[in-house]
Amino acid sequence: MPVISTDKNTDALSLTFVAEFDADVERIWQLWSDPRQLERWWGPPTWPATFTQHDVVVGGESRYHMTGPEGEKSRGWWRITAVDAPTHLAFDDGFAEENGEPNGDMPVVHGSVSLEDVDGRTRMTTVNQFESVDQMDQLIQMGMDEGMRLAMGQIDELLATARA
Amino acid sequence: MVAQLMSETEADAVFHALADTTRRDIVRRAIRREQSISSLAERYTMSFAAVQKHVAVLERSTLIVKERRGKEQIVRANLDTLRRATRLLDEFETIWRDRVVRIDALLAEETSHDETPPQKAER
Repeated sequence: MPVISTDKNTDALSLTFVAEFDADVERIWQLWSDPRQLERWWGPPTWPATFTQHDVVVGGESRYHMTGPEGEKSRGWWRITAVDAPTHLAFDDGFAEENGEPNGDMPVVHGSVSLEDVDGRTRMTTVNQFESVDQMDQLIQMGMDEGMRLAMGQIDELLATARA
Repeated sequence: MVAQLMSETEADAVFHALADTTRRDIVRRAIRREQSISSLAERYTMSFAAVQKHVAVLERSTLIVKERRGKEQIVRANLDTLRRATRLLDEFETIWRDRVVRIDALLAEETSHDETPPQKAER
């Protein structure tokens, strides 16, 4: 498991997550900047993500949807707030309406990613800043995590196949 | 799924309360141990009345509980409210752990393709 630490700050409602990968910084940057790679890990296998727009420049926007087991779609958007390729990216992530446009009534998570070379490996630090406990509840109620749990078994399989 | 445990109004109160450095500091102290408002007031340069006002905001937000004991007003943290926020952060930790596992699987897949003849396509 490449996760090396998590830091939950209840007061500040933020989650800092540090993981290390056996790949260089450029490679990990691609996972974020190339929509075809991003969609392979952003959503769980049961709710895979499709990015129809992904514009990694400050002020740029992304549009994506996650498709559920019954074919239902959950739509989201990003607005890029900072880019310093290949080491830093910050964005707001929110829910979108049917037409793909941001839904103003739904929570927005402020995300940031920093990539750092550590002896040829890459340390990835992601910070998620939530605006309120209520907002976090809302996100969880949207089923954001349910698919993730279902996916756990499949991930194990995937890893086993990759190692075989 | 996490049940709706806090209304919008309550949540507003919690986050308004936590938006202030002094109030966050009071909560941290109240988590460590219960204490009187007068002993809290000694920690800050502001007046007793000002500290009392902060405490009132925290009490309204259910982050702390205030109770009168003799001449003293004692405050302690309401761990339920804090625990709930912590549990929600746990949920998000799971999401990120799973993402990292998928990234790792992606990278491992590439490595195995580099080193050995292509295995069956995953997707």
